Amino acid sequence: MAVSTKQYISGLALASLGMGSLPVSADYALNMTTGVTPTSQQVYDLHMIIFWICVAIGVVVFGAMIFSIFKHRKSKGAVAAQFHESTTAEIAWTIVPIVILVSMAVPATKTLLAMEDTSDADMSIKVTGIQWKWKYDYLDEGISFISSLDPKHNEARQLKSGVDPASFDHYLREVDNPLVVPVGKKIRFLLTANDVIHSWWVADLGWKKDAIPGFVNEAWAKIEKPGVYRGKCAELCGKDHGFMPIVVVAKSEADYAEWVAQQKAAADAAAASADREWTKDELMARGEKVYATNCAACHQANGAGIPGAFPALAGSALATGDAAGHIDIVMHGKPGTAMAAYKNLLNDADLAAVITYERHAWGNNASVVQPAAIKAAR
Amino acid sequence: MSTAAATHDEHHDHGPAKGLMRWITTTNHKDIGSLYLLFALLMFFIGGAMAMVIRAELFQPGMQLVQPEFFNSMTTVHALVMIFGAVMPAFTGLANWLIPMMIGAPDMALPRLNNFSFWILPFAFTMLLLTFFMDGGAPAGGWTLYPPLVLQLGEAFPFMIFAIHLMGISSIMGSINVIVTILNMRAPGMTLMKMPLFVWTWLITAYLLIATMPVLAGAVTMLLTDKFAGTSFFSAAGGGDPVMFQHIFWFFGHPEVYILILPAFGVVSAIVPTFARKPLFGYSSMVYATASIAFLSFIVWAHHMFTVGMPVVGELFFMYATMMIAVPTGVKVFNWVSTMWKGSMTFETPMLFAIGFIFMFTIGGFSGLMLAIAPADFQYHDTYFVVAHFHYVLVTGAIYSIMAATYYWLPKWTGNMYNETLGKWHFWISTISVNVLFFPQHFLGLAGMPRRIPDYSVQFADWNMVSSIGGFVFGASQLLFAFIVFKTIRGGEKASSQVWEGAKGLEWTLSSPPPYHSFTQAPEVK
Repeated sequence: MAVSTKQYISGLALASLGMGSLPVSADYALNMTTGVTPTSQQVYDLHMIIFWICVAIGVVVFGAMIFSIFKHRKSKGAVAAQFHESTTAEIAWTIVPIVILVSMAVPATKTLLAMEDTSDADMSIKVTGIQWKWKYDYLDEGISFISSLDPKHNEARQLKSGVDPASFDHYLREVDNPLVVPVGKKIRFLLTANDVIHSWWVADLGWKKDAIPGFVNEAWAKIEKPGVYRGKCAELCGKDHGFMPIVVVAKSEADYAEWVAQQKAAADAAAASADREWTKDELMARGEKVYATNCAACHQANGAGIPGAFPALAGSALATGDAAGHIDIVMHGKPGTAMAAYKNLLNDADLAAVITYERHAWGNNASVVQPAAIKAAR
Repeated sequence: MSTAAATHDEHHDHGPAKGLMRWITTTNHKDIGSLYLLFALLMFFIGGAMAMVIRAELFQPGMQLVQPEFFNSMTTVHALVMIFGAVMPAFTGLANWLIPMMIGAPDMALPRLNNFSFWILPFAFTMLLLTFFMDGGAPAGGWTLYPPLVLQLGEAFPFMIFAIHLMGISSIMGSINVIVTILNMRAPGMTLMKMPLFVWTWLITAYLLIATMPVLAGAVTMLLTDKFAGTSFFSAAGGGDPVMFQHIFWFFGHPEVYILILPAFGVVSAIVPTFARKPLFGYSSMVYATASIAFLSFIVWAHHMFTVGMPVVGELFFMYATMMIAVPTGVKVFNWVSTMWKGSMTFETPMLFAIGFIFMFTIGGFSGLMLAIAPADFQYHDTYFVVAHFHYVLVTGAIYSIMAATYYWLPKWTGNMYNETLGKWHFWISTISVNVLFFPQHFLGLAGMPRRIPDYSVQFADWNMVSSIGGFVFGASQLLFAFIVFKTIRGGEKASSQVWEGAKGLEWTLSSPPPYHSFTQAPEVK
């Protein structure tokens, strides 16, 4: 990764304030990214202006202190002066900072007003934070999917997994289904959450915004160049807060249109498959995957749960009893706990598969649930 | 005959009772001050041990030591213990020891209340720490207790709320005592504008506490009823609003920040003039600046919540108000530098910590000013940049001032000088390591590392390792601090009543250690 001269200089300045030496390494950053949107560039510029103002004030204040420390010491024979007030000085160092602050407030206000103006958007994407994954709804295209931490990364991040994080290109920053967006369009993001507060943050877009259950926040971005941009949930949202990354793939308009067509075809196929009878093996195979991405974080891969926090499914009355009760809790969740309502998060086939899986895995032996049963329960 | 007279004298002197009961039943401001300070030291090590777990897990990428949920408990309880268990009780301990001696009073105004406000604390923190052994684990939703997440906590939930209530009751009682003492028990001639700045800053702090602790109590009570009584103050499904909790919490939380730092300003304003051998520059502007900061602290709370989606007018207001705080804070720093200017300085350990405070608190002030810029805060918010910021103001700010105060007044309290060489070692090891610990966290935050995560992407590995090494050294160097303090309590070179050549103020007119009741006859202040 190339480091620009500006970044290098600012890094040096930051480093000289408190650090003697820098460890030698290839890939780390010292400063904020300039990002890939006009907004992120403005934010970076504001950050650098206020940084240099602080450096300038620091040079004056620390300079005076250091001078005084070396010059006005008893061991050098300094005799204490006895002055102890000056109204002029007090007024001066009240007024001067106010002037500096006002001059800083002007560009900050301009940028803030521009960032909060979500009007005239070309398209809208609804982002829903769910413990611990993101759901994206393309409001204009009718596309909808869940995006969660890539399964390989999820294995590697387990306690004492023995997998070297350095063996991944983007450890903890890879998802199964990235958010795909077109470049050059003003995209309005509508952010909300299902359970607790999350915060959607891709630094290259220049902002983060909280996703709050029951409320919808707005933000926008206009990405200028195609690429893959990575981010993370920024608001503590429970045990796997550190493991709900965001990946945004910005494509040219033509590539984006192609991707939209693919997604729509896949969605149609999924809808059709819900109407046929599935075999138990089909459901189990699919259910295992759905379980791994959506359920294993709490109920654990072995179905044992975490005592006191997340109930076990292996041998539980619910997963071995009547299918209706099991379907009900998976679809509608359990208010006041981390158990989400999956009714609108998963399609019929996925729900049938994961419920069937839970009813047959880990020694459980109960009935098979068909997608048709889910459809009927909606 | 002589025996009877001696007994009578002892009775008249109200000397301390013997044994454990002395400490349990004491109403003496010095005993209670010592209890507060020792309790704070114990909590400092408990909270510090949690910080060591955090830094150990973050030493390299990948999960090596603890589960994510336990990691979250570490960050949450570390904060609660350090804020409510270490820094606040340490300042209350200093207030207890120093305020009566500084204003020429025999004791605090309300001695039994004083005893009660201390003895609540061990129970509150025992309860908080016992939650580690409950089903569902200790609090893990962050010390800010944001719902709905905090409502997912298991059995620990009501215990956590009750512990916070107890801490609040203790703080409010302590504050009432401080205010009543300062307003009623000053020696003749000690007008308000002659009070030492430590007394002034504590007077203002006590008002902040009385104004804000009930707000916190209200907020956590609403959490309690949301969880158990079917209310939905903070649940949109029932017509409430989770963001309302944040507004209420930070209406307490931001003044709380100044509760943690105003007494520190008072300590530094006492120490710098002593070792510069020169009166404090701009005494009255210091008082006005403290009062301005206290006022402004009530109207900036939502700068902690720029990303929640406030109306843009609200964001602008809180941005401007927050930037304004830089003005009185700047006045303070300029006044300290002017006090040093053309002084005749020596650099004993208290002065080193005070100068360290001014330097590093100012760095924390700079990052605070950067965080005030709302559009930039959209990037900084909830990253390690914020972690670096508040640790610069709280560790190298508040805690450095407490250490400075300890070295400065310990000879007065114990009658023994501490070991200057060891004190200097403690300062230099702490100061180098604390910067290795926290300065790289600015880089981590700017480069995109969120806070409160147990594992991170590989590009953050180098600075995390540097930070952890700094953390381990800083943690270990505090053992030296405890060693120095206990060694000084047990003995050492005898201290004169003046102790420091340049020290001014009533406490230095008393013997070292001072009599059990400070001023049985009010001194005359000219």
